[in-house]
Amino acid sequence: MPTTLEKHILLRDEDVPNIREIDVYTANEGYAAWKKAVTTMKPDEVIGVVKESGLRGRGGAGFPAGLKWSFIPKDIFPKYVTVNCDESEPGTFKDHQLIRQNPHQVIEGTALCAYAIGCNTAYIYCRGEFFEPGENLQTAIDEAYAKGMLGKNLFGTEYSLDIYIHYGAGAYICGEESALLESLEGKIGQPRLKPPFPAVVGLYGKPTVINNVETLANVPPIILNGPAWYKQWGTEKSPGVKLISVCGHVAKPGNYEIALSSMTINDLLELAGGSSTGRPIKAMLPAGSSSPIIPASNFNTKLDYEAMGAIGSVLGSGSFIFMDDSVNMVWAARKMIRFFKHESCGKCTPCREGTHWALKVYDKLLRGDGTMADVDMISEVNKQIIGKCFCPLGEFATSSMTFTLKHFKQDYIDFIEQGKGGREDWMIELERDHALPGMVAAH
Amino acid sequence: MLKEKRSAEIEKLLAKYPPERKRSAVMPLLYMAQEEYGYCSAAAIKEVAEILYLDPTEVKGVVGFYTMYRKHPVGAHVIEICDDLPCALRGADKFVTQCEHKLGIKAGETTPDGAITLNVVMCIAACHRAPCAQVDWAYHYDLDEAKFDALVTTLKK
Repeated sequence: MPTTLEKHILLRDEDVPNIREIDVYTANEGYAAWKKAVTTMKPDEVIGVVKESGLRGRGGAGFPAGLKWSFIPKDIFPKYVTVNCDESEPGTFKDHQLIRQNPHQVIEGTALCAYAIGCNTAYIYCRGEFFEPGENLQTAIDEAYAKGMLGKNLFGTEYSLDIYIHYGAGAYICGEESALLESLEGKIGQPRLKPPFPAVVGLYGKPTVINNVETLANVPPIILNGPAWYKQWGTEKSPGVKLISVCGHVAKPGNYEIALSSMTINDLLELAGGSSTGRPIKAMLPAGSSSPIIPASNFNTKLDYEAMGAIGSVLGSGSFIFMDDSVNMVWAARKMIRFFKHESCGKCTPCREGTHWALKVYDKLLRGDGTMADVDMISEVNKQIIGKCFCPLGEFATSSMTFTLKHFKQDYIDFIEQGKGGREDWMIELERDHALPGMVAAH
Repeated sequence: MLKEKRSAEIEKLLAKYPPERKRSAVMPLLYMAQEEYGYCSAAAIKEVAEILYLDPTEVKGVVGFYTMYRKHPVGAHVIEICDDLPCALRGADKFVTQCEHKLGIKAGETTPDGAITLNVVMCIAACHRAPCAQVDWAYHYDLDEAKFDALVTTLKK
């Protein structure tokens, strides 16, 4: 039986009751790394430790965090840290738990990043739907100010830091870092052309680090215990621990904290109680709707960035959606396309129009009016989107089509040849979607 | 007027952003206006624009882009159910239909007494406890018909 870590590094709320309260947090090594850094370490040393730990961005891209911090120019002021808490990928709910149940660790990680790059103002960008868990985060920030962990002249030094929460208002695209910055500047959340990258021209045109909540939550224990301690888990290229949100057809859905590379997809499925329906699991999406689907035949793959990449998929944000063999992949792909069509920001024509037309084709298939020519058209539409947009959203949208077609083309063929379209429950869904403004209609 | 009624809050809000970057406050101010007037009416948009020295058209653009700003009046309470893929795998679509029957309205509509607006929304990051919903932005998990009935009774009190 595979196991998770003996003690959680991130989901400490599962080991320590009430760790969201500052007294409990500080009684359990909380803010010890923060005090250590500000009073005994130079900012560059903090960057050095994070670099050496090999910590990679946990939001999806997996970019080395310490390296990202080291790109911040030393001679431009002010600098900013923005924390990406716009968690909106279908299947992802790990940051939700972190800010709700262990908010001080997120604040401490944010503070350490700010200190390391010489920044005095950090913004935590929470999706608007996080008002409720955000209250816990705001309470924790207020406590941190009251206890002298945030504010002016920290620990009697020259260094000062303010942290603020900024809420989005319902736009998946704001999880893309440059769209997030636009949104934080009070504009509509559409991605910027890169380069320049945010490390040089970021928030308000100033050097900015943007890190995911989970990435930053890793930093306090790394600073406190050192890079060698962190590297006891995982592999050389994928060191440390990772949160995996597990949902769909599993008996025990929830967040699981695992050492990278310590188990396979099958092991995690077993940990999560196996299939909840009694039917065999057919496939899973490893990073929510935007990731290449993995058929059950590949479930012996290890959970790290390299191994997942080697089978043509990703570890990404670690959002596992398991689906049993009752799931029709044409239906599942349509659900995902609908999401991307709804969330396309409209800036790039291939994404805006491509997702719109792709959804029309899937609607047609679902109604039972599709032909094999439509399936070919889906592949054509994908070619018109891939590599032709500012940001990855358009590309994400294609992956639900491309990879369900690649691994489950028979589902499409059976669907058309056996006239599977027109199922009553699907028609109710379609009718509902079409009646809602903006859901499937043109922008 | 917002400016008079909630001046202390507005001042605190504006202080979060650099002096020359007050436009950043447009989103929190729109939430405040929405709280005050129930939705982002033309008058509310104009008020927010005046506080930030922006053109109302620019503020309206922001309202239009983000789904959480109400473009029209809504019921006293708003129930928003996620029916994205992970939730749908756990019965969200059927659940939405049950809710529509219970309330006697379709998703996107408001009950004739003005008490409840029912919406379906994209993922709300609670996939492990689907069917899930937000009621006036508060999370409700592991929903079923019976829980929904109880919820509606509470909301209509």
